[in-house]
Amino acid sequence: MRTRALAAAAALALAVPYTSAEARTLRWSAAGDPNTMDPHSQNLGTVTKILNQIYEPLILRTRDLGLEPGLATAWRQLEPTRWRFELRRGVKFHNGNDFTADDVVFSIERALAPTSNFGIFVDTVQSAVKVDDFTVDVVTKIPDPILPNKLASVYIMDREWSEANNVRQPQNTRAREETHTVRNTNGTGPFRLTIREPDVRTVMVRNDQWWGWNVPGNDSNITEIVYRPIASDATRVAALLSGEVDFVLDPPLQDLERLKRAPNISVLEGPEVRTLFFAMDVKRDELLYSNVKGRNPFKDLRVRQALYHAIDIEAIRTRVMRGQAIVTGTLFPPQVNGYTKEWDKRLPFDPARARALLAEAGFPQGFEVTLDCPNNRYINDEQICQAVAAMWTRVGVNTRLNAMPLAQFFPKIQREDTSIYLLGWGVPTLDALYSIQSLLATKDGRPGNGIWNYGNYSNPRMDALTETIKNESDPEKRNAAIAEAMRLYHEDVPHIPLHHQMIPWAMRANITIPHMANNQPYMRWARVN
Amino acid sequence: MLAFILSRLLQAIPVMLTVSLISFAMFAYVGDPVTIMLGQDYTEAQREALVRELGLDQPFFVQFVEFLENVLRGDFGLSYRLGRPVADLILERLPATLELALTAALLALLVGVPMGVYTGLYRDSWLSRLFLTVSLIGVSLPTFLIGILLILVFAVILGWLPSFGRGETVAIGWWTTGLLTWSGIKALILPAVTLGLYQMTLIMRLVRSEMLEVLRTDYIKFARARGLPDRIVHFGHALKNTLVPVITITGLQLGAIIAFAIVTETVFQWPGMGLLFIQAVANADIPIMAAYLILVALLFVVINLIVDLLYYAVDPRLRSGLAATSGR
Repeated sequence: MRTRALAAAAALALAVPYTSAEARTLRWSAAGDPNTMDPHSQNLGTVTKILNQIYEPLILRTRDLGLEPGLATAWRQLEPTRWRFELRRGVKFHNGNDFTADDVVFSIERALAPTSNFGIFVDTVQSAVKVDDFTVDVVTKIPDPILPNKLASVYIMDREWSEANNVRQPQNTRAREETHTVRNTNGTGPFRLTIREPDVRTVMVRNDQWWGWNVPGNDSNITEIVYRPIASDATRVAALLSGEVDFVLDPPLQDLERLKRAPNISVLEGPEVRTLFFAMDVKRDELLYSNVKGRNPFKDLRVRQALYHAIDIEAIRTRVMRGQAIVTGTLFPPQVNGYTKEWDKRLPFDPARARALLAEAGFPQGFEVTLDCPNNRYINDEQICQAVAAMWTRVGVNTRLNAMPLAQFFPKIQREDTSIYLLGWGVPTLDALYSIQSLLATKDGRPGNGIWNYGNYSNPRMDALTETIKNESDPEKRNAAIAEAMRLYHEDVPHIPLHHQMIPWAMRANITIPHMANNQPYMRWARVN
Repeated sequence: MLAFILSRLLQAIPVMLTVSLISFAMFAYVGDPVTIMLGQDYTEAQREALVRELGLDQPFFVQFVEFLENVLRGDFGLSYRLGRPVADLILERLPATLELALTAALLALLVGVPMGVYTGLYRDSWLSRLFLTVSLIGVSLPTFLIGILLILVFAVILGWLPSFGRGETVAIGWWTTGLLTWSGIKALILPAVTLGLYQMTLIMRLVRSEMLEVLRTDYIKFARARGLPDRIVHFGHALKNTLVPVITITGLQLGAIIAFAIVTETVFQWPGMGLLFIQAVANADIPIMAAYLILVALLFVVINLIVDLLYYAVDPRLRSGLAATSGR
């Protein structure tokens, strides 16, 4: 009797916040805590997932990652190197300051600062010019047809507040004192930061003054968001099951089936804009980690094709990824501008063909190689590498696996101290240029070219196409160049593509949050029922 | 006495220096913080600038000496990951870890010693057998598994206790405590049991075997022959003489509890120093790792000193400075 009374009392205590019309709290968890609140310091999903609720860019993303007016109500390209943005009037920052063109100019300049981590989104920007209080021109160094896509990732700060708090520049790691923006915010967005305790909790409350509540679709009824990170997978799942949290952004794959079976839990599955592939050293004359002396097998197209044919991608999709992967033959997923179905086809799984190709290339006995792989960066990264290493070994390419934490993995591949490695590439601009330029262009010293091309793939035609994609402002011609680049990618096999990651989200059944392919929940659309 | 304490403190200096040197040397192998700080998009020039800014291009000993100088000024630098002063972060997390560790140690002592005495006295009772079986589980199951099992039973199935976090805390100056709120106490139970279980079984088994040993000695027989009540024989004579090893082990285990708290804190997302350290390791956050390791070394030195002082209190042979004239 007594326990039942206690349970009833507890249920009542729990139920109160939900039945009351005033307070609807969304308790949200994920493994990682944002390491700063500075809007231009860390271009990481763990940071932006919080900042997206607080700060706004000029242009917002729609539910299918298209563009819609944010702090800018309209934008157009006046001339090839000049974009004009009309700004929204009557918007206020959380501290009550008015939003004007000065704030936009200031924020774009701040994103251009050396300590900014958002430089990729303003890489073509020459300057931002105030035309009047509610009009800003952005002048680019070269024609930039996708500037609005990029500015959809640049948050707008309040100039006055930033100057008063000495945060004109993004936080500097060498500083001896904490920067004000590490724990404080002043945005224009739908939620306002009230408590920030790193690694413990981040609390945001509804900003009733937000301009966007009048826009159809922004139908959130949430009054408060409490974000608490839980690093341990098992505990995070337990907290969701026990009702201590409402929403888990990154449920572990091994618990998905259990969560789907649980009553009161719903799991949303959807693709992420991130593609995993193997890249190879195709430049050195002799591989660093192989028993082949005097030549580099990966320079031979047939060897690259052989490794491609040797991968049983269905086994990886169904067993290693438990269905949470979309198999691909190309470099970026369909959400990215420039994607063509035509070049998204794989070389088929065919071990016999793989052996034949190896023999043709002069390796009938195969050879040895070391595969470098991160073990805490992508979903089941080490397991993927284990499976593939076994598949390659089966066709004669004896593969040693070298799996390591990302803190060691990335410096290693960046020193180009590798023969073949696993990489997963996200596309925040949602345009193919970002991937092609960083991964396939020759590292020729031009900004952005080949900065993540550690296998040193180099093809003059690919480079010419990259420049076309950069400069062409006719969307049709530009997309034709992207398709051509992807045809070349398919022919040349500079990488062995695997899959696009799927990202399941798990939540209590009474919560609705639209699933987003950029793995960023937008709480202006979230509801507690 | 004072001379003893002073000499022990002097001995601590080379220990601390060695620990700092070794931990600092290890950082060359934990990975590159720069890559993590820069994220996915950066140019080689930006990378070089950051390496220079952080002083990572300096030779090892230059970095080490600069680090020592700063530490002596009480300046542990800024965390790479969180952009906040390391000293502030550690002071913020210290109360959580100490409350957890001391609760676990108290639990281990308050439950472990009586259980040890009981199993020593009544070797063949069914309760003793039960205690011993349970203690076997406590010794052999890894901490994280115990933690997960407790969460499953008490948070998910029964819904009595929270599965993570520290609950509501109350700030007393810079110290934050969870002991003054109901939710804070509820949140403390599972992590403290998880952390203390191993120590509890260890203490129980230690007390038991010591009791068995002592109960066989002549002076216990004489005490019984004098017709003293059991209570006085067991607790006044026997237990007191088992305490020297128990104090040593408990003291040293307190250091271990704080070190093992890393696992427990990770399982329960307990916002203490262990969690801070684990996240620093994952992100190659060198300033935090360095400060943490030095602090743990200091803690062990201090605990050792306290244990030595407790010997004086418990063992009369040391107090009078006389050599082995055993017993009374």
